[in-house]
Amino acid sequence: MGMNIGRYQGAGSRTLIVLSGLAIALVGSGCANKSSDTSTPSGSATGTPINIGEYGSMTGSTATFGVDTDDGVKLAVAQINGAGGIFGHPLKIDLRDDEGKPDEALNVVKLMVSQDKVTAVLGEVASTRSIQAAPACNSAQVPMISPSSTNPAVTQVGPYIFRACFIDPFQGTAAAKFAYNNLKARKAAIMTEATSDYSTGLTKFFTDGFTKLGGTIVNTETYSQGDIDFSAQLTTIKAENPDILYVPGYYGDIGPIAVQARKVGLTCPLLGGDGWDSPKLVEGAGGPGGALEGSYFTNHYSPTNPAPLTQAFVANYKKTYNTTPDSLAAMGYDATGVLADAMKCVGNPADGDFDSADYRKKLRDAIAATSGFQGVTGKITMGPDRNPVKPAVVLQIKGTDYNYAATINP
Amino acid sequence: MSTLVKTNSKAQSSRIPVWTRLLVGTLVTVAILLGLNAWIESAGFLNNNSYQEGIIIDCGLAIILAVSLNLVNGFTGQFSLGHIGFYMIGAYLAAALATYGHYKFFSQLPVDHTFLPISTLHSALPILGICLASGLAAALAGFFVGLPSLRLKGDYLAIITVGFSQIILVVIRNIDAVKGKTSFIGINAPGDVFISTPHLTSFFWVYLCVAIVVWVSYSIRFSNHGLAFLTVRDDEVAAEAMGINTTRIKVLAFVLSAFFTGVAGALYALYQTSLSNDAFTFQRGIDSVVMVVLGGLGSISGVSIAAVLLTVVPEVLRAIEQYRLVVYPLLLIILMLARPQGIFGREELSWTWIKGQVMIVLRPIVRLLSRIRTRS
Amino acid sequence: MHNSVNQLVSQLLNGLQLGSLYALIALGYTMVYGVLKLINFAHGDVYMVGAYAGLGSVFVFSHLHHLIPSPIGAVLVLLSAMLIAALVGLIIEIAAYRPLRRRTWIAPTVVIGGISGFIGWNISNDLNRTPVSCYLIGAACFIAVGFILWSAAKRRSLTTGTRLTALITAIGVSLLIENFCVLPQIFSADLRFSQPIVQYPEHTSFGSFHMETDTLVVFAVSLFLMAILTYVVAKTKVGMAIRAVSFDAEAAALMGIKTDRIIASTFALGSALAGAAGLMVPEVTHSSFSPTAGVIIGLKAFVAAVLGGIGNIPGAMIGGLIMGIAETMVAAYGPSIGISTDYRDAVAFCILVLILIFRPAGLFGRFVPEKV
Repeated sequence: MGMNIGRYQGAGSRTLIVLSGLAIALVGSGCANKSSDTSTPSGSATGTPINIGEYGSMTGSTATFGVDTDDGVKLAVAQINGAGGIFGHPLKIDLRDDEGKPDEALNVVKLMVSQDKVTAVLGEVASTRSIQAAPACNSAQVPMISPSSTNPAVTQVGPYIFRACFIDPFQGTAAAKFAYNNLKARKAAIMTEATSDYSTGLTKFFTDGFTKLGGTIVNTETYSQGDIDFSAQLTTIKAENPDILYVPGYYGDIGPIAVQARKVGLTCPLLGGDGWDSPKLVEGAGGPGGALEGSYFTNHYSPTNPAPLTQAFVANYKKTYNTTPDSLAAMGYDATGVLADAMKCVGNPADGDFDSADYRKKLRDAIAATSGFQGVTGKITMGPDRNPVKPAVVLQIKGTDYNYAATINP
Repeated sequence: MSTLVKTNSKAQSSRIPVWTRLLVGTLVTVAILLGLNAWIESAGFLNNNSYQEGIIIDCGLAIILAVSLNLVNGFTGQFSLGHIGFYMIGAYLAAALATYGHYKFFSQLPVDHTFLPISTLHSALPILGICLASGLAAALAGFFVGLPSLRLKGDYLAIITVGFSQIILVVIRNIDAVKGKTSFIGINAPGDVFISTPHLTSFFWVYLCVAIVVWVSYSIRFSNHGLAFLTVRDDEVAAEAMGINTTRIKVLAFVLSAFFTGVAGALYALYQTSLSNDAFTFQRGIDSVVMVVLGGLGSISGVSIAAVLLTVVPEVLRAIEQYRLVVYPLLLIILMLARPQGIFGREELSWTWIKGQVMIVLRPIVRLLSRIRTRS
Repeated sequence: MHNSVNQLVSQLLNGLQLGSLYALIALGYTMVYGVLKLINFAHGDVYMVGAYAGLGSVFVFSHLHHLIPSPIGAVLVLLSAMLIAALVGLIIEIAAYRPLRRRTWIAPTVVIGGISGFIGWNISNDLNRTPVSCYLIGAACFIAVGFILWSAAKRRSLTTGTRLTALITAIGVSLLIENFCVLPQIFSADLRFSQPIVQYPEHTSFGSFHMETDTLVVFAVSLFLMAILTYVVAKTKVGMAIRAVSFDAEAAALMGIKTDRIIASTFALGSALAGAAGLMVPEVTHSSFSPTAGVIIGLKAFVAAVLGGIGNIPGAMIGGLIMGIAETMVAAYGPSIGISTDYRDAVAFCILVLILIFRPAGLFGRFVPEKV
């Protein structure tokens, strides 16, 4: 194929392909850029911007996690910059989408710490992705604050990894307490998402907590994310007649599980974790009033919390985005707050370079020393293992609203 | 077609005995790689765990995968779509060995070093051992997968390899240590030290493996023994009629390629700080198939170049990340419609080839010039 | 005892429901393989398109006085999903597979060049080029790709195309559709849920026996569609032509059958069925779907087709039912013998591997020995 030896037949297919590729590249690079919007940070902060990296799943099966967290972060940054930034330096967010894939999360974080020269990193929501990406931050000695990753393994990676939320040992136990004490459940069944650290971790902690209180786990079934048919597992569960079904998964699968559970005749309420928190949760259950009506889930905060800080946040968020903030947004907001607070504690770096290893070390120490920071999701005090100790709230699904049901204190 | 059979007659008639040439070649390669490695590790912009170093290592792994897949798909003509299973076996076995054996193997490893891990003999042998073990495990799997599968041809072979690889994936995913989580966290971290130690794989090991794979492939391609593989590709029935045990050849190619894929998996695992199931999907397996097809089924250099291109270009074009996954299959389709044999076809990159390409562009110009000259 | 019999029956029904959906999709695989000897990897993605088409048609029809939800509306939505899926199947065949057999260049140029141009435009847009240069680059991509495909078509040697090439093209088409739909400009990777299109009571009872109406509806629709297909294949001229082309394409061409047209009809029929399945699965299971929804279910349906004997139409139906029941049984009763439900996906592949090793022709197929 291509050129016949001895007789020129015209450009072969290989030549054509290579030439076209070159031509497109040439045309492409030769074209002018449209005037890129140099978004100068507004407000009274006019110094050199401080780069903060943020990574999340802006697309994919947990897209609302990344988008909502980013909304909260953006709101916090706008407020901080509007109030003068960090000693006159505005914060600049470098957002990267990891598409919901762990190795992509690792890649973008590597990019952020080695090329984009970020001072600190915010992210991720899903524990699996945080665990994958955290070592890159840790070895590059860049502080990372995860807004909503609850699996304990995340902060165990190293001294530079923090989180702004509670951890699953507490969340699982809280769910168990609620089920046992408030819902008076004695027999529980669990549907675990077998492929996620978050879900398997919560299952373990719930099981421990519930059995310690005196209940029995009658059945633990597994599913994979994106499965379409859960009837086999649910029929087996139905046979044991549990008082409650614990489904600590991500929001995409909860709706279908609930619908199919009702179909096989399970009438007990469902209980879940903070992975449920998404505006898309109820849609999958057949809309408001559907299969998830009256079910509960543990979460980081409730938008109806009367605390003035929380209400101010909710009002601001509604004004900016026209919707009630979910816990992802609130945790994003708080994580940014913790970071900014720590930066204010450290003060200006000696040589004005926010990118130096020395500054980052001081920043890390300041974050670790965070005590009594008043966030919209509660008081944040970093424990010695870099996890804060915070209460959990239990929300109940009514229509499209998540109503406050209880608080479980640590 | 003269490049179809290019035996290394020069080698056979050379005065220097084979063993000496082999030894000298090995020493020279190792020396060059060590030197490059030292340079990379100490260069300012390529510090440990950095993004650029990651790309270089990814390129190396991609080349190993592509060239080993080429052994089966290109040289022997058996289309296998399921090598991701062997990759996974190699990766998880290496991670398990490194994690559970780290006290014995790696306790001597300094926590925060910036130079080669192999500066201490302590880590060289374990790394070699782990890679060999993973490779052998993958080769064993390749044997058990290949033996029943290779009776089938064409589409059926492709499908059954997909089936086997998916079974391997599901089985590994359900092992308790791996189940449901990011597993083997801290593959290279001895005991309870925080996971900040550098990875075990380095440029040297990866490219040493590249050198070995390429050498094996070249040996097969340009030797008389290796002709058997090519014959099986070209006409299996004729090969059988000529007395070649086609089953043996096919299984041999399969096992060999599985071995190297397993070693690549081990190197990959030793480069990570934890393993996540999502890194091993059918789509990832297709990536190496695309590299082989793009480079040319049967061309070692073509496949290597394609592997490097398909690893580097997406990183360079990271700004348009989301379109990468659309451009890949688009490229594949256009290639299949316009030039199914890939960029290089079955030819290798050589001076003759480069001369040929240059002539394609130059010849019309030369003709034009001569025409002008004769007219004037 | 009664309880476990009840459980068994309900699991069987679950299996049959799943199986009939697999059967619908498997029919597409088997028919295309019959006429083209090509495994159409992109068939699973046609299923996905059916799901999105369902969403779209519900949106359109819901604006036309009270058509949703109602039985008439449901039928309309089903028909439009099938139609759109058939269209997509046709486009795949004409733009990607036919150029491998004929010297066509118009369709591939338009479709593939068009997609390349679209991508080029988007890439330059994202790289902040001026709008004019975006169009320029898009046009350049379109022209370049078009030219390549045109000259390839002119030069095509009709005897060097191999089945391997077709297989790789099929893989490419499948990946292209999936990743194209993942783009935020098209469908985006976000999860979607189906909208209810018809109301019916949750349970129907036959005497003392309760059944989900959903299962009944799925059975009814699937059986109806399969019956229509069987009628078309067995009794109409087109069907006879399809059977002829499956049996021996060259002889059929010699008999005056326009093979290209028949192949196109085959694609259309098979894709329509897959589109119907794509509409029904999210409706009935209320599960979410995204552009990659067709991958796993496509793979399982393909196994069903192989199980029944690829190329054999009744075989595909039986194979689908067997697959559905097997998978449900393993998921339901596996834990009691030590196989956890995580292995349910592996069931399909185990069946595939076993069939290919011991009986590659499938249950109903004939293995054609290679003649030298």
